[in-house]
Amino acid sequence: MCDISITVGPDDVSLDAEINQMSAAATGAIATFTGIVRDSGGELISLTLEHYPGMTEKKLHQIADQACQYWPLNAIRITHRVGRLLPSDMIVFVAASSAHREAALKAVHFIMDYLKTEAPFWKAEETSAGTHWVDARESDDKAKEKWQA
Amino acid sequence: MQIRYFAWLKDHTGCSQETIALPQEVSTIAQLIAHLEGRGAGYQRAFQNREVVRVAINQEFATHDDTINDSDEIGFFPPVTGG
Repeated sequence: MCDISITVGPDDVSLDAEINQMSAAATGAIATFTGIVRDSGGELISLTLEHYPGMTEKKLHQIADQACQYWPLNAIRITHRVGRLLPSDMIVFVAASSAHREAALKAVHFIMDYLKTEAPFWKAEETSAGTHWVDARESDDKAKEKWQA
Repeated sequence: MQIRYFAWLKDHTGCSQETIALPQEVSTIAQLIAHLEGRGAGYQRAFQNREVVRVAINQEFATHDDTINDSDEIGFFPPVTGG
């Protein structure tokens, strides 16, 4: 059984607390990914994340379920922030635990590639020139396709 | 029918969600978009670049050819950019 925990909300999270939550149930390996808001060479003032309440959590859960079917995992945590963020703020945290490193590392990579292309979040960038919605990147679709081979 | 709009679709329509009575002749997402475009310039701008508009029916990804009924929740949004 894989223990899945999904959190989507405005609050900052402590990486220590996130990892501690995982290690309670884990023996062997915990792999993590932390996404941080880029400052884009000092251009970015803020990044605002919008999501589809309900669908976003459901989609993240489906992605985590899929990872649990592919690899022998003990637990998965996905935490994604929404609302207004500043450069160097944490935006996303993903952790997977398993008895061995390979499953944990692969699961985190897989979850991030799917989150990027399937979880309904949208970024708006605020710069001195104004605020605009960020366009989706083709390279993110390509990153997901490698898991479908 | 409950319709929700996100990101720039919301900016163009000027609302994040609304409830409409589904006209009898509308049975697919594509037909719903055509119907909504008849409601004004903001809606026409929202759906102008139709091939990039993503849609969910009851919070599951769907296509513009999928059929809908009055009890569905429809979400319209651009390609996702989270993470």
